[in-house]
Amino acid sequence: MTRVFIPHDAASLSLGAARIARLIGAEATTRGLPLEIVPTGSRGLFWLEPLVEVETPEGRIAYGPIGPSDLARLFDDDFLSGGSHPLRLGRLEDQPYLARQQRLTFARCGIVDPLSVEDYEAHGGYAGLRHALTLEPQAIVDEIKLSGLRGRGGAGFPTGIKWGTVLHAQADRKYIVCNADEGDSGTFGDRMLMEGDPFSLIEGMTVAGLALGAAKGFIYIRSEYPHAYRTMTEAIELAMEAGYLGPSVMGSGRAFALETRLGAGAYICGEEMSLLESIEGKRGMVRAKPPLPAVKGLFGKPTLINNTLSLATVPWILANGGQAYADFGMGRSRGTLPIQLAGNVRRGGLIELAFGTTMREIVEDFGGGTATGRPVKAVQVGGPLGAYFPASMLDLPLDYETLAAEKGLLGHGGIVVFDDTVDLSGQARFAFEFCAAESCGKCTPCRVGAVRGVEVMDRIIAGVEPEKNFEVLEDLCTLMTDASLCAMGGLTPLPVMSALRHFPEDFDKAPRVPAAAD
Amino acid sequence: MPRFGEWDQRRARAIIAAHASLEGPVLPILHALLDEFGHIPDEAIALVASELNLSRAEIHGTVSFYHDFRRRPAGRHVLKLCRAEACQSMNGPRIARSLLHELAIDWGETTPDGALTVEGVYCLGLCACAPSALYDGEPIGRIDRDRLDGIVREARGT
Repeated sequence: MTRVFIPHDAASLSLGAARIARLIGAEATTRGLPLEIVPTGSRGLFWLEPLVEVETPEGRIAYGPIGPSDLARLFDDDFLSGGSHPLRLGRLEDQPYLARQQRLTFARCGIVDPLSVEDYEAHGGYAGLRHALTLEPQAIVDEIKLSGLRGRGGAGFPTGIKWGTVLHAQADRKYIVCNADEGDSGTFGDRMLMEGDPFSLIEGMTVAGLALGAAKGFIYIRSEYPHAYRTMTEAIELAMEAGYLGPSVMGSGRAFALETRLGAGAYICGEEMSLLESIEGKRGMVRAKPPLPAVKGLFGKPTLINNTLSLATVPWILANGGQAYADFGMGRSRGTLPIQLAGNVRRGGLIELAFGTTMREIVEDFGGGTATGRPVKAVQVGGPLGAYFPASMLDLPLDYETLAAEKGLLGHGGIVVFDDTVDLSGQARFAFEFCAAESCGKCTPCRVGAVRGVEVMDRIIAGVEPEKNFEVLEDLCTLMTDASLCAMGGLTPLPVMSALRHFPEDFDKAPRVPAAAD
Repeated sequence: MPRFGEWDQRRARAIIAAHASLEGPVLPILHALLDEFGHIPDEAIALVASELNLSRAEIHGTVSFYHDFRRRPAGRHVLKLCRAEACQSMNGPRIARSLLHELAIDWGETTPDGALTVEGVYCLGLCACAPSALYDGEPIGRIDRDRLDGIVREARGT
């Protein structure tokens, strides 16, 4: 029976993958062709979705992007045996977009059936946990430290050090929490991974639980990701049935249980302290640190809270060794970074590469420039709290320290491309508007500052006393940076000031108008 | 046919009981009530508070913090349009503005015939297929006015 692989992640579905799968099934029945449709995650080459891969002796042969009107001819051209057709792409592994990548965290995504434990095992799954079960807790933590893995959520804190703090905390209970509240615009790696390879996250959290002495974990998923939530919840059930979760993980006699929790549409809950409050059922208000969550976290107990991609990378590190992971990368940014290329770009998608690749390689070589065909004017790196960089700065390498030195941040590795029609003063205004809408309200610099920021930007855009208002803007940004309780208020000045620094012409277009008081 | 049930104290109590033993039961309970009734009415806040032995202020505080926990029923269909940066870069704001203008509603409002509620959302994770939307929970990528017009027609059953 021919096996046909069709992605069912939210992005592929958004482009019509479910309909294509249905039509292929129906057409095969009509023609009397035996066929098994295997739902997968996406490989992350979104301009080719809906994409279909067919299993042949030469490997999986891909066709895409497929529309309903292409199907009759695909069958006529015998695509089920890999026949030639204008949409035939050959093996995806031979496509430069994939061939040039170094997929460690995303090695299985788009290849395996996300809800098949057997498929996961057949593709190297649970090798990491098996190895971890032979190690002392400290040895596991040392392996993570050796790998140089840093928090992929954005802060880039060394994961091994966090693990060490939780390991040495004394308590009757500890928790492992996965931050899957991926709210940054331009990022979708967490979503892709949960929808395409959920067991890697489960395995990573299980390793963490066994290493740090926690018997319970939570995955907090934003409600904007209903598909990821369903896939993850179902995968947990399957892992339990297979004995990979439960009272005796893999027969070790050691317990680890997992539950999913659904967010409720608050961006701030991606901040770790807000997230913990939210799991506890409260308003997602930021807690002041210290105490750190590693000491006093969820329900007051020591809690390891890591990003989805950090935890999903743990199995690879345990299976292949910390040193093997650290061999990738540059400077203090070790390993690979799943870059998410999005916005106004021809070939958007997921690009996992060792740290140190330049933005130009990503935007131009991988991305092929803008979707509109116009020149690139700006890229925003690292989500709504990340800086806007002009096209002239695209030669910067992607690593934590380089971008920080340029007053930006790498964040969760999202890059949003804008063409020359974008107005950066409008983007700066939006940064404040977004902060005003999503601020938890606990600290004044963020709660009030964001609203004042919108007002100041409105005056600047209208040409009201620009010199005075630029001064107010800078003063406000300094205050928010220095005095906000968390990154929401503290980093909102980053997109604002970067827009002002790199695109001053966009802020000085309006004819001067007298101040309202005149 | 309404997608959601009318407020029903007994049904609500059963839903609360089914989740009450979870660690941190408040959000799972509110989501389950939302799935059942389509919004969180005042009665629900009082009931959740008394069943969990918490104050009404605490539950009200939680409900009012999160965008998802709507206090009044939405229209028969809900369209969530992404307003974040990646969708901005692909003309999302202009498409959204023209739709809202034509429907003569603002963000978060429902058409007078009760067919469609249009909400803004900050990122659906479909940033490489921008601009994007979620229509009754189904993701839609690379939206344009034609696509949205089709959705409006579908929502109105015309």
